[in-house]
Amino acid sequence: MAEPLLEVAGLQVHFPIRSALLRRRIGTVRAVDGVNLSVARGETLALVGESGCGKTTTGKAILRLIEPSGGSIRFGGEDIARHSQAQLAPFRRRMQIVFQDPYASLNPRMTVGGILAAPFEIHRIGDARDRADRVAALLRTVGLPPEAARRYPHEFSGGQRQRIGIARALALEPELVIGDEPVSALDVSIQAQIINLMKRLQAELGLAYVMISHNLAVVSHVADRVAVMYLGRVVETAPRETLFFDARHPYTQALLSAVPEPVPGRRRARQVPQGDVPSPASPPSGCHFHPRCPHAMPRCAQEAPASRIVASGHAVACHLEAP
Amino acid sequence: MTAAATLPRDARAAAAEGPLLAVRDLTVHIPVPPHVLRAVDGVSFELNRGETLGLVGESGSGKTLTALTLMRLLEPPLAEMPRGEVVLEGTDLMRLSEIEMSALRGRTVSMVFQEPMTSLNPVMTVGRQIAEPMVRHLGLSTRMATMRAEEMLRLVGIPDPARVARAYPHLLSGGMRQRAMIAIALACRPALLVADEPTTALDVTVQAQILDLLAAMQREIGSAILLITHDLAVIAETAHRVAVMYAGRIVEEAPVASLFAAPRHPYTRGLLASIPRIERRPEPTLPEIPGMVPGPAERPAGCAFAPRCGRAQPRCAAKAPALLPLAPGHRAACWNPEDG
Repeated sequence: MAEPLLEVAGLQVHFPIRSALLRRRIGTVRAVDGVNLSVARGETLALVGESGCGKTTTGKAILRLIEPSGGSIRFGGEDIARHSQAQLAPFRRRMQIVFQDPYASLNPRMTVGGILAAPFEIHRIGDARDRADRVAALLRTVGLPPEAARRYPHEFSGGQRQRIGIARALALEPELVIGDEPVSALDVSIQAQIINLMKRLQAELGLAYVMISHNLAVVSHVADRVAVMYLGRVVETAPRETLFFDARHPYTQALLSAVPEPVPGRRRARQVPQGDVPSPASPPSGCHFHPRCPHAMPRCAQEAPASRIVASGHAVACHLEAP
Repeated sequence: MTAAATLPRDARAAAAEGPLLAVRDLTVHIPVPPHVLRAVDGVSFELNRGETLGLVGESGSGKTLTALTLMRLLEPPLAEMPRGEVVLEGTDLMRLSEIEMSALRGRTVSMVFQEPMTSLNPVMTVGRQIAEPMVRHLGLSTRMATMRAEEMLRLVGIPDPARVARAYPHLLSGGMRQRAMIAIALACRPALLVADEPTTALDVTVQAQILDLLAAMQREIGSAILLITHDLAVIAETAHRVAVMYAGRIVEEAPVASLFAAPRHPYTRGLLASIPRIERRPEPTLPEIPGMVPGPAERPAGCAFAPRCGRAQPRCAAKAPALLPLAPGHRAACWNPEDG
């Protein structure tokens, strides 16, 4: 098998909890607590989970937008986890991000043309004329008219702004794009347009995606493989079809059974876990899921389960899978 | 006084024969020179006792404005804009004074919002917030209301009601806050609960719990629910009937089973097709609805969906179609509806 484009091993991101008065460190949030992931060229890995599971922090740490506390991030074979900003510069072009709310991430005082030309200016690519051509080509790629370059972000609808966000991410021809809930803020009819656009661009440009999402139905349409996170840890990783139809981890099963289906009368027998997701600042001992798990055993409260390979490409971190 | 609470008994009984709620030709046109924003544009629907009507639409469809209007929660100068009737138990809420309306709010009709933290009072204990409407509307003693408040918290599935009753909202998790909000809304056993995106801010496992809770509370108390959401999957699981809104109007209304099995309006059909579903072998591309929802200032003269519609005919651009029955209980506003 070819070497993966991205390989994350033992990734940790810890945030200090400080006292209000003296700013003394009184604890640690293990937002990302030993995450292993790999993404092949041209592949989509989805990172799913509920709020506080660490999926967004993982995505930002991979891009070094948040400093990792430990672990390795191998991109194209090179570990960039401890690279300096200068060492990172060539990698910045190759990895990009698309945010949930494109409006918050587009400078309201710049024209769309200015926003899309900025990456070329920063990386000193082409002259003014050449950049204008590139901007027009980018707009065409994401299905916007060339006149869009002269307008400002507020003149566009949510779906069009997300197209602009995608165009900006594609400007420097990256190999990997991390999508952080890229369609979550969009209406369902527009969501389908953006999902289809991202899939078409992947096929045309050979992009790899890390798709961060809480929406399992969306993920089931875009992912090749899925990693499920709970309170900072990956609990299950599997190929798309296996994850959705043959999940082994009780949390994955619970998550899937909670997804409402647009079919009246088909209300499946739910095994929805009781209670809310605990705070990541004080996760339960052992397996973090054990207080909500219908299959919890004494061992689950004492010992965090290691990830075990149960089938090709299918890893589960659960004591039920122990030999 | 015309409030339902003060009507003679036989008049209330007579009103109970018809629908609990009848909204007729509700219109909110907002002048923003040089435009008039037709935010809600002639909305009519009825809701029966104990029934759940899902009001579904995308952003800008006017669904939340409809809810705020019928709760009389719009602030000036918007409060002056609505026209039409909102008849609840025989009383037109649109003609009540603010004092008369506040006598009904929390007692006959209550509302639950998307983000409970913005509607809970941060400096009042959860227990007092549930007890207060019972003291005010039902004349319960503070001691009695406090006991009933704990009972309500137990009913909405809060594990340690005595402790939570004494807690302030910020100490509760998102799911617990939404449960507390539901307890407050249902404390006086209102005939109508308006729920505006009640689970949108919640994680999917918590959403499932809250939807189950709303259904259980409806069985327990018998309230009718007007459920406002953008999520058709939530509607499929929760509603008895559905009204689909587009650009300020109801374009289709039907019992939930027929709406999902045989949508007649091309917008409803497109919306249902574009929802991603978990499937073993999904199609490589999701069906899209081309274009986008027109803004409230740029609505076309005829059917607002015509520019995006694959079945549009010349007359669709000329004149807006009326919402007409196509089958028993099934209405659609379309010149060229899909086959049933």
